[in-house]
Amino acid sequence: MATWTPDPTFYPSPRLAARAPAEKFAYVASFAPERKRKDVLAVVDVDPRSPSYAQIVGKVDMSRPGDELHHFGWNACSSCLCPNAPHPHVERRYLVVPGLRSSRIHIVDTKPDPKRPRVVKVIEPDEIADRAGYTRPHTVHCGPEGIYVSALGNADGKGPGGVFLMDHETFEVRGRWEVDRGPQEFAYDMWWHLGYDTVVTSEWGTPDMFEEGLVPELLLGSKYGRKLHFWDLHKRRHLQEIDFGKEHQLIFELRPAHDPTKAYGFVNCVISLEDLSSSIWVWYRDGEQWAVKKVVSIPAEPADPDLLPPALKDFKACPPLVTDIDLSVDDKFLYVSCWGTGDFLQYDVSDPFAPKLTGKLRIGGIVSRETHPKAKGKLNGGPQMVEVSRDGRRIYFTNSLYGAIDPQFYTGGLEGWMVKVDADPEGGMALDPEFFVAWPKGHLPHQVRLEGGDASSDSYCYP
Amino acid sequence: MGWLFAVALGLHRGSRAAVLHALVPIGLGHALSVVIVAAAVILLGSVIDGPALNRVAGAALMLWAIYHVLRGRRHRVRVGMRAGFAGLLLWSFLVASAHGAGLMLVPALIPLCLSGPAGALSSGSLPVALGAVGLHTAATLLVTCVIALAVYEWIGLAFLRRGWVDLDRLWVFALAGAGIWLLAG
Repeated sequence: MATWTPDPTFYPSPRLAARAPAEKFAYVASFAPERKRKDVLAVVDVDPRSPSYAQIVGKVDMSRPGDELHHFGWNACSSCLCPNAPHPHVERRYLVVPGLRSSRIHIVDTKPDPKRPRVVKVIEPDEIADRAGYTRPHTVHCGPEGIYVSALGNADGKGPGGVFLMDHETFEVRGRWEVDRGPQEFAYDMWWHLGYDTVVTSEWGTPDMFEEGLVPELLLGSKYGRKLHFWDLHKRRHLQEIDFGKEHQLIFELRPAHDPTKAYGFVNCVISLEDLSSSIWVWYRDGEQWAVKKVVSIPAEPADPDLLPPALKDFKACPPLVTDIDLSVDDKFLYVSCWGTGDFLQYDVSDPFAPKLTGKLRIGGIVSRETHPKAKGKLNGGPQMVEVSRDGRRIYFTNSLYGAIDPQFYTGGLEGWMVKVDADPEGGMALDPEFFVAWPKGHLPHQVRLEGGDASSDSYCYP
Repeated sequence: MGWLFAVALGLHRGSRAAVLHALVPIGLGHALSVVIVAAAVILLGSVIDGPALNRVAGAALMLWAIYHVLRGRRHRVRVGMRAGFAGLLLWSFLVASAHGAGLMLVPALIPLCLSGPAGALSSGSLPVALGAVGLHTAATLLVTCVIALAVYEWIGLAFLRRGWVDLDRLWVFALAGAGIWLLAG
């Protein structure tokens, strides 16, 4: 498994990674919301010169139905070149694919044929619960001590959630990551600043708070997650928590600057209880502490109650529901998915405290149901999991949020799709009119991972 | 790999001086690891005879090689990119010890410092051993310094992508080879 020279997809710095060749394949988590059929990991051809461009060209079944594939990640990435913990001769080859509902993890081998990935190992929920004390695995990141996986529930499916470690070659569950979790109870995403030995985690809720969908009483009572937590990466201790305040609910995707000398990152807050707006916050180093600042607020749009789902009729407005964001590898552009209104936004964040809107398009949306040049008729769902290529020129996104939540906002359920956007390095973007993947019925697409790495897969130790 | 850590810290702080400053604790940590092993060998040499010492040291080298094959890639990471003087010293000490840097000097130290039956330390073996360790450390530091500055100033990071061959695997052969040499000798 080990190689004599480093894996060619590892780059010491984000600057060098941005020169990586264009990806030819995208891997997409695809789950069956009815939970009767097996979930699959789909392979989409993203090479514009290929005759099967924008088609699903391969797939691999998970071992049993009911996993709810959601987020996933590589066994190894550019952080393997870090000087303090080098593993340069491990291959980026395996995708670590958790089932958010089943707590089962499948290890998928993408070699020798990237179009025909194979399941080579299945880690059952009991093993994770016994060795790490967690369930509902979510975010997967390759890092200094192997594979880090955030988990939303403890072994009993309650709180606290946390993070556990896996070996990046044997996939053995090594155990709970935290030595001291301090006041942290909720988990969701996790990532880090390798240059500052700091881990950041965000909050959703415990499994009983989301597995049957969002609970309106909990949301209106501000009971879902609203904090960020900062940790010492190597001492594994909780350092600081920042409460976004009662009005802010669901603090989700963490996008730290890729340049390890920059101590800031972006996170989205899905909804404000005051006016249904979504917001983007920047966290940053302020002396010896971390601090946060709201830098973008995206308002709800007034809407005809007849076009809104039951939960929103009284508000007569469609919330933007910013459920995912992604930062380009050069830390220049932030992409923002508004799953409610259907907007997809591009901000120039060269100055992280003063984002400038440089691009906007609309597809799907609760009210607008905007179509695509290649689609037949109106589309449901909206921009959701977004992934940016390493050179920052191509952006892919899919339209499903979570099996139990999709029908709460899109009554009648979703039909899946995946699209691609071409971005101008100077700012501005447009949908690729040739790229529309109508997802096979019975499954819905979630996270996208690009061959060789992407903007949310790799972290770097060198500027 | 001390040179790489020094380069990284130099790049983080944007200064060549940071590269050179980092090399001091990295050199000291390495030397400390080597001194401890050398002292242990000399002490052991004063209670057991030469052939027995060769066998013990040879076996230790072989065991270290086996350890590397089985577990060498799984080290707990204790020092991060914000490491200061103490952190770098600890890191360098741990890396040198884990790699068996001191053990590798044993085949050279035994004939230098120890000869004859147990207890018969050759005259002035301590100064000789310290001299050997000092020479080894100075040479290591010089090589580390030259590589670090060359990569920092001229070669650049892209070199890592192709040029970073798996020295750890070669090192296993070096450990085992030195062990066999002692056992056979």
